Amino acid sequence: MKVLATYNIKGGVGKTAAAVNLSHLAARDGLRVLLADLDPQAAASYLLRIKPRVKGGGAALIKGSRELDSAVKGTDFDGLDLLPSDFTFRNLDLMLDATKKPAQRLARLLRPLRSSYDLVFLDCPPGISLLSECVLHAADTVLVPLIPTTLSVRTLEQLTEFIGGLDGDRPRLLAFCSMVDRRKRLHRELVERLPAERPDVAATAVPALSLIEQMAVRRSPVTAFAPRSAAARAYARLWAEVSERAL
Amino acid sequence: MQAFPHDFVLGGGAPRGREDVSAALAPRYSAEPGTRPRTVRRTWLDTFDWRLYRAGLTLEHVTSRGPGELTLTGAGGGHITERAGGLRWPALADALPAGPLRERLAELTGVRALLPVARGTSTVCSLRARNADAKTVAWLTVDQTSITSPAVADLPARLSVTPVRGYQAQADRIARRLAALPGVSPAGLAQLETALAAAGRRPGDYTGKIDVELDAAMPARLAVAAVLLRLLDSLEANADGTVRDIDTEFLHDLRVSVRRTRTALKLAGAVLPAGLAGEFRGEFKWLGDATTPTRDLDVYLLSYGGMAASLSAATPAELAPFHDYLARRRAVEQGRLVRALRSARFAGLVSKWRVSITDLAPPRRGPTAAGLAAGVLGKAHRRVLTLGGAITDDSPAESLHDLRKRCKELRYALEFFASLSDPASHREAVRDLKGLQDCLGTFQDCQVQQHEIRMIAAEMLGAGGAEATALLAMGDLAAQVARRERKARAEFAGRFADFASAASRRRFRALVAGAES
Repeated sequence: MKVLATYNIKGGVGKTAAAVNLSHLAARDGLRVLLADLDPQAAASYLLRIKPRVKGGGAALIKGSRELDSAVKGTDFDGLDLLPSDFTFRNLDLMLDATKKPAQRLARLLRPLRSSYDLVFLDCPPGISLLSECVLHAADTVLVPLIPTTLSVRTLEQLTEFIGGLDGDRPRLLAFCSMVDRRKRLHRELVERLPAERPDVAATAVPALSLIEQMAVRRSPVTAFAPRSAAARAYARLWAEVSERAL
Repeated sequence: MQAFPHDFVLGGGAPRGREDVSAALAPRYSAEPGTRPRTVRRTWLDTFDWRLYRAGLTLEHVTSRGPGELTLTGAGGGHITERAGGLRWPALADALPAGPLRERLAELTGVRALLPVARGTSTVCSLRARNADAKTVAWLTVDQTSITSPAVADLPARLSVTPVRGYQAQADRIARRLAALPGVSPAGLAQLETALAAAGRRPGDYTGKIDVELDAAMPARLAVAAVLLRLLDSLEANADGTVRDIDTEFLHDLRVSVRRTRTALKLAGAVLPAGLAGEFRGEFKWLGDATTPTRDLDVYLLSYGGMAASLSAATPAELAPFHDYLARRRAVEQGRLVRALRSARFAGLVSKWRVSITDLAPPRRGPTAAGLAAGVLGKAHRRVLTLGGAITDDSPAESLHDLRKRCKELRYALEFFASLSDPASHREAVRDLKGLQDCLGTFQDCQVQQHEIRMIAAEMLGAGGAEATALLAMGDLAAQVARRERKARAEFAGRFADFASAASRRRFRALVAGAES
């Protein structure tokens, strides 16, 4: 079982859209996929039409009184399951802090799922916190959506530094340009330059398209409701690159 | 295992279209188009002795255009589904793709192959049951199946409600609503049972046990004939599987039927019409002897993995030429056995034997079944006690072999007359005897195996090209077998003492007295 995480210190960069579409594409490729919605905003749960509610809340999952497996819901797509978010996930940091070896906790909770899934996608809330540290320990690869701006590149450098300072196993980092606006010169320049200069930036860029925003209206992955669209094709290219480099 | 589906049979007046179903589920749920109607081929599988059915399980292989799926369903409806392409039946569970399904099946089926018990073609279409968020919470599947084997029949349409993971309560509610509709009734039988019933069969219709109900007061001749007919049924039922070499248990069960028949003729043949037992005894000996070489090699090959793993100095790879030699010899012996079972002699034996023991007229005078049982059991028990009591630490191996045969006769006699005995007393008597039989069986198997290892080593050397490492590994194996044999020999006195104890004799006397009364 491989664990991928979509993560960025910044919010609103296309983490959830990437997690939902890539999970859907992975399941369509025949993998058994679990998407874990760790963000209390519950966008991934909403997009897949699943109520953001976990019996016993985050505390029951973190303490282990409720197995992760029992909270999982089937989506409308073959091979894709979801661990829904819950409003109590806003306190996951506090809950983790109360456990022994909190940074390893998530990796330990995922272990029993190894025989059930080929791939687990962790969709994380923004920020640097104990939860992010947990995610970085649990993930084999961290996918970082990056709006091509100078400040975003600086954030990527901060994240690289942070991962470099982690004890034990460190995840591989794979960034990709997200929400790219071709009308902006800086976006165009960075989309060209970044993959050439940094091996940890994918060649595929995901454009800013209104169809991706339509996901919230259709409550479905764009790769499902508009599979031939430019947006779906961009995610398909990204998935091909991710599966080659990260699986 | 996952959550269970609810199955219904659709009769006249049942809702057929999506709109009807949707209206029945409104306002909380709606039915939306799911999958297009598709035709699938279904094969229901079980072992010849129905191990899955007896464990409350149904195994189904569904194929369409893709690789196909295998689904194992429990009595409560929980199921495991795995993709399975390129499978040809019959097959051992080991042939399935690795995963939880194979593990579960291997544990249940052991050495028995999975073989088709029914086949059919289905037209399947599904609707999605959605909640207010338009989230699919259950699949409603309508299945119209025509059975093609073992007989041709159209089954009533079935409706299954299968919950999406995490939506069991919603699926239960949907199933309850559908169950309340006219023309929708709970499916009492599983689809496999319905398919078999259409062919006049029922699951579990084969067992290796002698399930004959005898009456204590019936004439002994009719009781013995009933047992012999049951044994003949079992012999014939296993002949085809033995010829096709589906799995090793067909030959095992066929051989047991022959041995039991020979024992019945020996112990109770006197109650049959004059000369009948003598006329057939020789023929059944011929048949028994024809099965021995292949079965001996089967026993060897089945225990080969364990033996190879227990080598002390040699490696399993070094023993591989020995395995290949055993496998080649088995192929030759199997060919001989097939010729015997396809011979006119075999066909003549079973047909004449059936005619001879069917519809026998009761004798004007003679013992009852209970009287015969008491006499046969008492005598067989005494013989075991006498022979076993005479065995000392210095007795030759042959005396233990002889005792083993007498123990088998006693065991078979217990099985023939089981329906006349108190079940608890019968179980205790079998348990007392089994401890002794296990010890004698291990001793005998080890003796045969050591003899075989020496013989095969000589043959391999004689044929030239035998590798020294293989011969050394066989020597290692012979040493392991010799150690097991010495252990069994050392345990014999204790096992026999248990069998001959006052308590065991008392239990046996009670059993005989019970059968007589």
